[in-house]
Order: sequence, then structure tokens, then C-alpha cells
Amino acid sequence: MMSSSTGAGVTGDRLAGSTGSGRSRLGGRWLSAGIASVLIAAVIGVATGPVPIPIWQVVLELLDRLPLIDVDSSLSPADRAIVWDLRAPRVVLGLLVGALLAGSGAAYQGVFRNPLADPYLLGIAAGAGLGATIAIVARLRDAVGFMDPVPLAAFLGALLAVAAAGTLSTRRGSTGSPATLILAGVAVANFFTAIQTFIQQQNSETLQQVFAWILGRLSTAGWGEVRLLAPYAVICVVGLLLSVGALDVLAVGEEEATTLGLKPRSIRRLVLLVASLGAAAAVAVSGLIGFVGLVVPHAVRMLAGSSHRRVVPLSLLFGASFLALADVVARTVRAPAELPIGVITAFIGAPFFLLILRRQTLS
Amino acid sequence: MAVAWSNVSVVLGGRTVLDGFDLSVAGGSWLVVIGPNGAGKTSLMRTLAGTVAHTGTIRIGSEDAGGIPGRERARRLAVVPQHPVIPPGIDVFDYALLGRSPHQGLRFSPSERDRRQTLEVLHRLELGDFMDRNLDTLSGGERQRVVVARALVQDTPILVLDEPTSFLDLGHQLEVLELIAELRTERSLTVVSTLHDLAVAGQFADRMAVLDHGRLIAHGSPAEVLTPEMISNHWGVHAHTDVAEDGSVTVTVRRRQQA
Repeated sequence: MMSSSTGAGVTGDRLAGSTGSGRSRLGGRWLSAGIASVLIAAVIGVATGPVPIPIWQVVLELLDRLPLIDVDSSLSPADRAIVWDLRAPRVVLGLLVGALLAGSGAAYQGVFRNPLADPYLLGIAAGAGLGATIAIVARLRDAVGFMDPVPLAAFLGALLAVAAAGTLSTRRGSTGSPATLILAGVAVANFFTAIQTFIQQQNSETLQQVFAWILGRLSTAGWGEVRLLAPYAVICVVGLLLSVGALDVLAVGEEEATTLGLKPRSIRRLVLLVASLGAAAAVAVSGLIGFVGLVVPHAVRMLAGSSHRRVVPLSLLFGASFLALADVVARTVRAPAELPIGVITAFIGAPFFLLILRRQTLS
Repeated sequence: MAVAWSNVSVVLGGRTVLDGFDLSVAGGSWLVVIGPNGAGKTSLMRTLAGTVAHTGTIRIGSEDAGGIPGRERARRLAVVPQHPVIPPGIDVFDYALLGRSPHQGLRFSPSERDRRQTLEVLHRLELGDFMDRNLDTLSGGERQRVVVARALVQDTPILVLDEPTSFLDLGHQLEVLELIAELRTERSLTVVSTLHDLAVAGQFADRMAVLDHGRLIAHGSPAEVLTPEMISNHWGVHAHTDVAEDGSVTVTVRRRQQA
């Protein structure tokens, strides 16, 4: 079975050409598709609404904002205000929330090597729910005049839950196993949900507000929410993109990853930190939008392969466009009323996911 | 590069699985550790890999392993585990490329050189045609070769193999062991391995160690270690041994007779 040609030589060069660049070409194609999907979702999102604005005008208006490009979209000042003050902030918020939920979902699945992990695994949803409920029930909105305290309360609740899960699964300075961490997360989530349900029960007059928050929505008043979310989005996205290589090594399990020179525990802690920060910030401004963090990374994995070098960036991109488009549906189907976006993500996401799953198993 | 254990013990769940192990392996030799099931062989391999807590000292090269950072240790010593974890959906090239990890930066992003070395090893192991195949679709023997390829891609002076031939049929067992033997000569590797199959162990080792109940029972050349008495005492079977001119030992096991 031995081959005598051990050198790189001619064969090596040939194969370097066919594997090396062939792979990156395929990856590049998916990356272009992801970027295109984000641009298309943004244009559709801005064009759609009670006042219809032709798509070509939206394209020109967006192009005009690019440096060095000067085109006239011939939009009226009123339409321009609709585009930039009403719709664009909401579309951008949708893109950011979608990217963060899908990206952190991909990271959670990578760290736990479990396809069922989602960004809410360690109690983010329950913690944010408790924080928001307390803020709503205590009528902090009336007490704090200059800002909406609900996102901050939800953000703190989410981080508290993750920190509690992390601390409780650690003992005597050593980090516990991933399984311990998940169990601690489940316990913390149940505990927080119990408190939240109790508070909700005692204050039934705010039930509808709490419920509306939990179902998730993307509503904006100008660029405020985007500005709130942006710094966490930057930290999360940069952090995740820097750790894709380590996540690929971690895919062989902690023990083997150690023998490949990786420090699994440090990587796990770092990735969970940035992913949780991103997911908590997303949840804080949008409520609990389910399904994105689970479905998008899976769809990406089935279509483009399982390396995190692809799964993470593509989840960020396709998560962004998926949520922005889901929001278009949420605000048009029963206009002027809005459907909770969480309902839409599940309603579109589940059949779409089943379709890919079916295609995958059949081929 | 030499390896040495000095009074190394491992306690797992309150049970001593390795008890004061002392042995040194000269650079370039092949140590095969044998012993009945549960003797502590895998734990011994894991002490080298740095994946189990132990007392006592281990030297890798001239340094105390405890002071070698994980990444540097992974540049000196590659491990082929008994039950490798295969990431779902990974193909042969990407899997073998993981072996370059300790030579990469903190982002673990492979260079052109990493890719070239991976290709060389895959060709050397006649896996060139498998490059784009999904690991799930390979036979046991092919997959084992790919795992060995990853360890070779790691380009370390020491190779640690924990039962590299378990689940392989006789032909594939010999194939993998012969491959390692050739590579060892080719690259002057130090090989430390466990092998449960006594019939082949004595033909590949140049040093052997017998482990039972966590203790080092005997060590030396195959001819010194693989005796009918030793096999009878620790495996409870009757065996016949043949020592060849080159010092390799062939073991034939006889069926137990009803008394």
C-alpha cells in the first residue's frame, strides 16, 4: 500500500490547485449569496409598508448614501423621511437581531457539539423574560422618563441567568463539563421562569404587555435601538469570527482538541461569553424571537458544509436577511396590525427547515 | 525524542488505575505496552497526551512535561486515540488538516504550507483519492488510516497510539502497523503504543512493557517479555512463542483444554 512519491512535487501542486482554491471558490460563492440576501432583504424591507416606494427608488436612495456615489432617487422629502427615519432603522434592527441570534446559535452548537443547542440554552430567554417582567410590572417606564428601561432590565436579567449557570456549574476553580453547564442552565431557566410566572400572576393587569414582549417584536422609534445594540453586535460578531478556527478544532471533542494544542475551556468560555452577550443584547431590544438561532445555522450547515469557517459567517448573513424578511411579513400580512415576529419565524422557519431536512435525507 | 515516566500514578474515581509507573523510552524506538483489559494502558497513554491528572513526573524530550505549554506539547507529541471523535460531515482533507493546529496562530487558520504538508501526508498514505470523501463513508481501515494521517500531519517527533488497530480485521491491522513501522524508520519517530493483540505486538515492538492492575510487571525486549509464563500468569491462557533471528516474537495462543 506504500506509494513511493512522497514529495510535494507535481502531484502536490496539482492537488493544491484543485482542493485548496476549489474549496475557497465554493465558500466564496456562498458568501456572495449571503451578502446578496442581506442586500435584497434590506431593499425589500425599506420598500415595503403602508406607503409603497418603488424598489428602484429605494436602491438609488441607498446607493446615494454610499461614499463617492451621487445619484438622484427623486424621492420626495416625505418619502425620504419614511425611508430613513421609519423603515431603515427597523430593517437594520431586524438584520442585527437576526445575525446575532443565528450567529450565537451556531456558536452554541459548536461549543456544545450539540445540534439542539440554541442561544437560549443557558437561560438567556428566562432571564430576559424575568428582567422585562419586573420592569413592566414595576412600571419603570413611567418612573424613568429619559429611556425605556425594559431592554436594560431584560439585558441584565439575561446576563444574570448565564452568569448564574456558569458559576453554578463551576466548582473549586475548575470549569465543569459542558453537560453540567447545560443542566445548570436548565435549572436556572426554570427557576427564573418560576419567579417570572409568579410575578406575572400577581400582576395580571400587565399580562398583555408582558406577553407581547415575550412574543418578540421589532419596533423602533428612530435609530435608538440600533445604537443600543450596535456595540454588543460588534463585540459578538468580531469575537465569533475570530473563533471559527478554534471551533473547528473543538469539533473533535475536548480531549483530542487538547492534544492538538487547543485550550478547550478557555475557548468555550470566550465563545460563550461573546455569543451570550450578543444574544442577550438582541433579546433585550426584540423580545424572545425563537427558531432563528436553531434553524438558520442548520440550514447553512446542510447547504454549505459543517466547517465553522462557513457556518458562522453564513449564519450571521442569512440570519440577518431571514429576520428582516420575516419582519416584512409580520408587518404586512394583517396591516395595519402587526403579527408577533416570533410567530412568523416559526411559521416560515419550520416548513422551510423540514423541506431542507427532507431533501437532505432523500439525497 | 525520548520519553520517561517517573513514579507516575493516576487515580480515577477513587481507584488507582496507574500505580507508580517508571519507564523510559529512548528516542526512535517503539514501545508497545501490553496488558489485560483494565490494566491501565489507556490511562498511561493519556498521561503522555496530558489529558488526565497524574502524580509523579513525565519527561518529554529533556523537559518536565508539566512545564511544557499545551501547544508546544502538541508539537512534540501526536496522539491517535482509541475512539477518535469524528466531527459530522467532515471530509478527509479537512480532518487531516486539523493536525496542523498546534503549528497555527491563535485563530487556527491554515496556511498554504499547512495545506501542502497535509497533501503530502495524504499521498504518502495513499489517501489522495479519498481527499474529498466524507469520513462517514469510509471503511474502518480507511478511517483509521486517516486518523493516523492527522497524527502524521501534526509532524511531531513522538507518536502515541492507543490501540490503533482495534476494530480492524487482520489484514488491515497489519497494514496500519506496517505503515507506522515504515514511517517510524523514515522519520526517526519515537512510537509509544498499546496493542491488545499479543500475536502482532511482539513483531513490531523493539521494547515492550507489561501492565497489570496499574503496575508495571515487566519490561524489556519482546523476547524477554513475551514468554509463555508471562502470558499464562497475566492473561490466563497457554501460548507458544517463537523468537525470530531479528528478535521479533510470534505468539500462538492455544485453546484452553477442559481439565
